[in-house]
Parts: sequence; C-alpha cells; structure tokens
Amino acid sequence: MSEDQGPGTRPPPASGAGRPSTLGRFALIGVIVAGVAGAFAYTGGWIGPARLKSKTIINALEANAGGRHPGWRRAHAKGVCVTGYFDGNGAGRFLSSAQAFGKLRTPVVGRFALAGGDPFAGDGRVVFHSMALSLTQPDGEIWRIGMDHTPIFPVSTPQAFTQLQIAGTPDPKTGKPDPAKMKALLAAHPEIAAYLKFMKAWPLPDSFAAGDYYSINAFRFVDGQGQARLVRWAMVPEQTGGVLDKDKLKTVPDNLLFDELRTRLAKGPLHWRMVVTLAGPNDAVDDATKQWSGADQQVEVGTLTLNATQPEEVGGCRDITYDPTILPKGIAISDDPLLPARSAAYSKSFARRAAEGPHPGAQASAPPSVPAGAAQ
Amino acid sequence: MSPTMPRFALAARVIHWIMAVMILAMLFIGIGMVSTVGELYSRLIAIHRPLGIAILAFAILRLVVRFTNKPPPLPADLPMIQKLAAHGSHLALYALMIAMPLVGWGMLSAGGYPIVMASGFHLPPILPHDLFLYGLLRQAHTWLALALFAVFLAHLAAALMHGLIRQDGVFSSMASFGRRGGV
Ligand code: HEM
Ligand code: HEM
Repeated sequence: MSEDQGPGTRPPPASGAGRPSTLGRFALIGVIVAGVAGAFAYTGGWIGPARLKSKTIINALEANAGGRHPGWRRAHAKGVCVTGYFDGNGAGRFLSSAQAFGKLRTPVVGRFALAGGDPFAGDGRVVFHSMALSLTQPDGEIWRIGMDHTPIFPVSTPQAFTQLQIAGTPDPKTGKPDPAKMKALLAAHPEIAAYLKFMKAWPLPDSFAAGDYYSINAFRFVDGQGQARLVRWAMVPEQTGGVLDKDKLKTVPDNLLFDELRTRLAKGPLHWRMVVTLAGPNDAVDDATKQWSGADQQVEVGTLTLNATQPEEVGGCRDITYDPTILPKGIAISDDPLLPARSAAYSKSFARRAAEGPHPGAQASAPPSVPAGAAQ
Repeated sequence: MSPTMPRFALAARVIHWIMAVMILAMLFIGIGMVSTVGELYSRLIAIHRPLGIAILAFAILRLVVRFTNKPPPLPADLPMIQKLAAHGSHLALYALMIAMPLVGWGMLSAGGYPIVMASGFHLPPILPHDLFLYGLLRQAHTWLALALFAVFLAHLAAALMHGLIRQDGVFSSMASFGRRGGV
C-alpha cells in the first residue's frame, strides 16, 4: 500500500511558523489517525470487552464434531437434497402478505439432515432430525426455513448454545465429554436439563417422512394492512411411521433414515400440512426453550409436497445456506436472540465450507447408482 | 496558505464529503456487524447492503465528475515521490470504492442469496450461483475492506499533513466551501 502524500520533509511555509508548535501539530495528526484506527479495532471487537462472535460458535461446533470436515456444513452435516413444492391454500394471506400463502404453487429445494457436525456419523443417534426448505416465490422472493423435529430448543441464547457445544466436546484423552463440565452447565442452565429430559421422552422417528418439523423460533407475520402477529409453525406429516427404540440405537443401520427416504420417495410423493400457531398472551415469544400453549388459534396454510431426492453434490441444497432470516416480504424475524445468531453462524459456516471447496461426496449413504429423483 | 491554489469543482467537493461519511460508516458497520451474533448483526446487515449499493452509485457519479472536471494540480514544490504516492493512493481509493460494492453484490449472487435492498425489493444477481466463487469473494470482501481502511488512514494522515504542517492549500482545495479561506 502506498504512503500517500506522506509527511512534508521540508520546513513549513513561513505563514505556519511561530503558531502552535510544529511538534504539537504532528502530535495532533498522530492522535487523530490513531484514534480512528482504535475506534475501528474496538468496533471490530479486537480490543475491549470480549464479544461472542460467529467464529467462536463455529469453532466450538467444529471441535464438538471431532475437528473440521472440510467442505461440509458445521452442523447438520449429514443430509440429502429433496425437491417439491408448496401449495398455499389462501388462508395464510390473512396473517402474512407473503405470496407463498396465496392459492398458488411455490417450488421448493429442501434438505433432510441429522444434527451434528460429522457427515459420516450413523443414523442411530438421539439428535435432531431436520427439514430445511428454500421456497422461491413466483415474485422472486426467497424464503429459507430450517426446522427440527422437536417444538423446542435446548438453549435460548447463543451464549448458552456455545457453552453447550463446548461442554459436549469429547476430551482428547478419554474420547468422551468431561461429565464435570456438563454437570456445571446443567446447574447453571436448568432449561438445558429440562430439555434433555424432554428429548428423552420425545419420540425419535424411524423415518424422515413421518416426522413433524417445527420452526421452534417465533417469527412475525405481517399482513397486507401492516399488522404484525407472532407465530411459530410446524410441518405435520400425512404419512405415518414408527419410532426408533432409544435403547437399541446401536443396532440401527448407519444410513437407515436416508435409505428409507429414497425407498419411500420411489413409491410416490410425500406430504406435510403446514400449521401456523399464533402466540397466546402467555406464550414466550423470544425464548425457544418454552413450549407454547397451542390452545390459541392454529391456521392451516397449505401443503408441502416432496417428490424427489438427490444426493447433495447434484441437488440444489448443498450450495445454499438455510439462514432462517432470509424471508420474503410479509415475514420478519421476532426478538428471539437465536435468530440473528443463527444468521451470523450459518453465514460463517457457509463461508468456510465454500472456501474449502464443496465436499466431493453426498451424505455417506447415497450410492452413486441411485437415480436422482426416482419418484415423480 | 497559498491563496492562488484552485479548488476542486463544487460537485467534486460535495460528493467527496458525502462519500467520505458513507464509506467510513460502511467500514465501521461491516466490521461491527461481523463482530457480534446479537440483534445488531441482523439490523446492521440490512443497512449494509443498500448503503453499499448507494456507494457504488455515488462512485460512478464521482468518476463522471472527475473526468469532466480537471482537479487542481498538486503544489509544484511537492517532491515527485509524494506526488506519485498521492496519485497512486487516489487510484487505489477509486478502485476500492467501486470494487467493494461489486464484490459484495457478486458474492451474494454467487452464494445464492437474495440481494435484499429493502423488504420486497431485490437486485438481480450479477454472477452465477457458484459455491467456490462465493468462498473466494467472501474472503476478498474482507481483505479489500481492510485494504480500503488502510488506504483511508494514509489518506487522512496525508490530508492532515497538508492542512496542518505544509499548509499548502491542498487541504482547503477539497475542504473549503465558503468564499476562499481555510488552511
Ligand atoms: C444459536 C443457535 C444455533 C446455531 C449457532 C446453529 C448453527 C447451525 C449451523 C452452523 C448450521 C450449518 C449451516 C450451513 O453451513 O449452511 C446449521 C444448520 C441447521 N440448523 Fe442450526 N443452529 C442454531 C439453532 C437452530 C435452531 C433453533 C434450529 C431449528 C429450528 C436449527 C435448525 C437447523 C437446520 C434444520 C439446519 C440444517 C440446514 C440444512 O440442512 O442445510 N438450528 N445450524
Ligand atoms: C463500500 C462498500 C462496502 C464496504 C466498505 C463493505 C465493508 C464490509 C466489511 C468491513 C465487512 C466485514 C468483513 C469481515 O470482517 O468479515 C463486510 C461484510 C459483508 N458485506 Fe460488505 N461492504 C461494502 C459493500 C457491500 C455490499 C454492496 C454488499 C451486498 C450487497 C455487502 C455485503 C456484505 C456481506 C453479506 C458481508 C458479510 C456478512 C457475514 O459474513 O456475516 N457489502 N463488508
């Protein structure tokens, strides 16, 4: 980089001499330039009080997954692409002006995945089963959705999320997380302990097709008149399935869920009803660890149909990020602190895996011989 | 001060100071938003995108003004090496104020993101959706921003040198607006 018009080496012109000393004026310049640089460093968080950065979260996820898996998502690494469409039934237009809620069809590029950062882990784990969707409305607006199979989340803040990742990270010596760390975390965060109990009882579906998927976080639906309402939503399956026996997870074939999905889709399309729940007066709208009463108004706004699956390297799901703050007009984020944190963390995960080069293979199971989108 | 030193065209001076505020604000917004995962992240990024595109529009306007109005010459007694440094750094500033928004726009295009200016208003992508290209441009956006900040600091220091030490009329050729005067 250049020096620019650098310091004048010759003595200042006569008119400047004699007034505030030249030394003083040099000092002033130094203070101004250093002050601007210092303000920049402070704003960037390099100096001053420590701040939770997306980098910290992603590093914690990587460590938790036993190290980096270059090219893969830092969470929900094991996944598969799906495609289909969402048919709005018109009812949602009373809640949100988003075009997808009109009586029309919006194409969808989705992804089923299992939580965790290890793309080669087996399917017999008590982890989130997830459904992510990217809707591209006819008006060009994009809606990205990431949902898990429980209606609540273990933590309500990104700080607690990070601590949970750290506490669950295997100790290099024992290969297991340090129980003392987890105990301390649970003592400080009763909501995590409550969640673990909840998750133990909550059924673990034996099929992606038979899962309910929840937005977990609250969002604002804004109608055509500009009125905003806080909502959560869920995808409720029309097909049924069984549950995995949590005592016999070791016997679950490594790719059971992914193989089963392909088999199902080969027989025909799968459907979910999208149900929007409005927040009741006592529902926590900024805390993802709290269930909603549900007794309040629920509105069915349309049907999701998935009719084909593709391995990640040929499907359209690998090269996008399902950042839940990518929303069409008519939907906005709520005050739930997880939402901005998810946006920042997904961006960091996306940037890292993109720069590493997309991973070569799809989720561990997909044999190359399986035709993309066997159904239709 | 040299009272005979001509000034930049009025349009050039006005655009210079509007853009100075915008670009500095943009650097601070950019570096600030990625330093947090709090609600400021979402709020700032919503400002960052349209402000960046506005900078691109101003930069194009500025180039037009630059090519239609001859800037005042640097003082004849300024050493050659400093003249070269001045011209080089100005070129770098022009290049970066155009490249930064284009890289920002291009990287979101390559990443398959909507390029949201305001709720319901998007720009079209300017590059194909390509994950690896996104990865490269996302890194370039950071490094070019840091380079822009460094060149800006040098520019600020040099301007203050002209204004406070040399007092050769270069500072006021951009920074004075009234009838003549200033340092
Ligand atoms: C602060 C809390 C959270 C953090 C830091 C976090 C982090 C991440 C990261 C880094 C990814 C990978 C993104 C990518 O590379 O594209 C991811 C994926 C995902 N997350 Fe989260 N997450 C959080 C909360 C949640 C919540 C509350 C939900 C459910 C509602 C959720 C659902 C998903 C889903 C479904 C995916 C997979 C998307 C896909 O298949 O590509 N996450 N998460
Ligand atoms: C003069 C113009 C611009 C300047 C000076 C600027 C500056 C910055 C800076 C300093 C950062 C933080 C980099 C880091 O440390 O990671 C950043 C990030 C970013 N900028 Fe810009 N930018 C400009 C234009 C744009 C435009 C036009 C767009 C999009 C339309 C854009 C989109 C982004 C995005 C998406 C991020 C990253 C957010 C993340 O990774 O979480 N920028 N920018």
